[in-house]
Amino acid sequence: MGIVSPGFQGRPRSAEPALPPGQYLTEDFPVLSAGPTPKVPLETWEFVISTETDAEFRWSWDELMALPQETPTMDIHCVTRWSKRDTDWQGVSLDVLLDGIDTAAHYAQAHSYGGYTTNLPLADLRGGRAWVAHTYDGGPLPAEHGGPARLLVPHLYFWKSAKWVRGIRLTTTDQPGFWETAGYHDYGDPWREQRYQGD
Amino acid sequence: MTAPLRWRVARLVQRRVETPTAQTLVLEVPDWPGHLPGQHVDVRLTAEDGYQAARSYSLAAPVADGPGGARIELTVQRVPDGEVSPYLIDVYPEGEPVEVRGPVGGWFVWRPEEIAPVLLVGGGSGVVPLMAMVRARRAAGSRAPFRLLYSVRTPADVLYADELRRRARDDFGLDVAYVYTREAPEGWRGEPHRIGLADVNSHGWPPDLEPLCYVCGPTGFVETVADLLVGLGHQTRRVKTERFGPTG
Repeated sequence: MGIVSPGFQGRPRSAEPALPPGQYLTEDFPVLSAGPTPKVPLETWEFVISTETDAEFRWSWDELMALPQETPTMDIHCVTRWSKRDTDWQGVSLDVLLDGIDTAAHYAQAHSYGGYTTNLPLADLRGGRAWVAHTYDGGPLPAEHGGPARLLVPHLYFWKSAKWVRGIRLTTTDQPGFWETAGYHDYGDPWREQRYQGD
Repeated sequence: MTAPLRWRVARLVQRRVETPTAQTLVLEVPDWPGHLPGQHVDVRLTAEDGYQAARSYSLAAPVADGPGGARIELTVQRVPDGEVSPYLIDVYPEGEPVEVRGPVGGWFVWRPEEIAPVLLVGGGSGVVPLMAMVRARRAAGSRAPFRLLYSVRTPADVLYADELRRRARDDFGLDVAYVYTREAPEGWRGEPHRIGLADVNSHGWPPDLEPLCYVCGPTGFVETVADLLVGLGHQTRRVKTERFGPTG
């Protein structure tokens, strides 16, 4: 327990299921990004998975839409401390996209239109826990929230869910991404409150 | 791997009223490791029963020396129905401890060794980390040309109004311009309006000077300004943004 702040009461304690430590609920959908929002036309949009042997697997927008779709409803947790419950998404599971790709990689680095990158273990993209999401709350994902499509990995802090995702590089070594090289945690598990390096 | 950022005990040594809804808290943090302008800190409050709430606040000024050690400044805008900001503004007593952790954020920073022209565009309390840059520039004796474009609802909402007036006069190479969105001061030329292309074009730098642009404010404001800058030809990599969500 920290040092008691005289006269601080805080919000009424909730009987709701717990949030990860240090998070608070919001009904809004705040935006966190480091630069201008890229505008990506669907005609030229593509998603590429490349492996450690430089094999490449590409999907156009139409090809992505033709894959089996899932509609996860997930809580999301931003490192800036807001959490949002029961967000509705539609997208393609990374299990589908990775299916049949031959790789010995243990790591993945997602990269985005606009130059953003983020890294995570490849295992965290498997097992029904990660999607390339293109629909939010029943409509096309707005650009400021990462549209046309973003990575959705809700079991990690939301900066891992790369906006404007363009592809994933599978690598044998861990390659820290944009926020990870700016002092944020390499893995980012909200339940272990892994916000910053060394947490 | 760097050492973990730990919670440090800070004490409130001074409080400055900036506007009816914003105050600057001067905190003494004896073992503060230093920070760059643009970085922020987490502030954590603990209730009697152990309940904790934490929020992030921008550092408003370079670190200063006080009799009890290093001092940092945070400017806190009251968020209606907020959990932390009303406490910090209305209740938190001088001399009492609070926990802080930081500095945090290595992207939205200005380094005093940079010599490129700088454009700062702030909306509302988004001016706070930009003010840290303005203050650090002068403190470091930097001659990087700075332009601050500050969008605010009314004259009464301007943070650091007197200091900005003084610095615009005395800090060589600093220009300050305002956009009023609801109510302009007496004698102001033009009508209150939301920030637009003409404002960014007249008060910014030409893209061929390759300025560093820092944009901070509410999401809609940042989206608008960042899009305008890119549309004017600024390189996206030189447009750094920080968006304020609700941080009650």
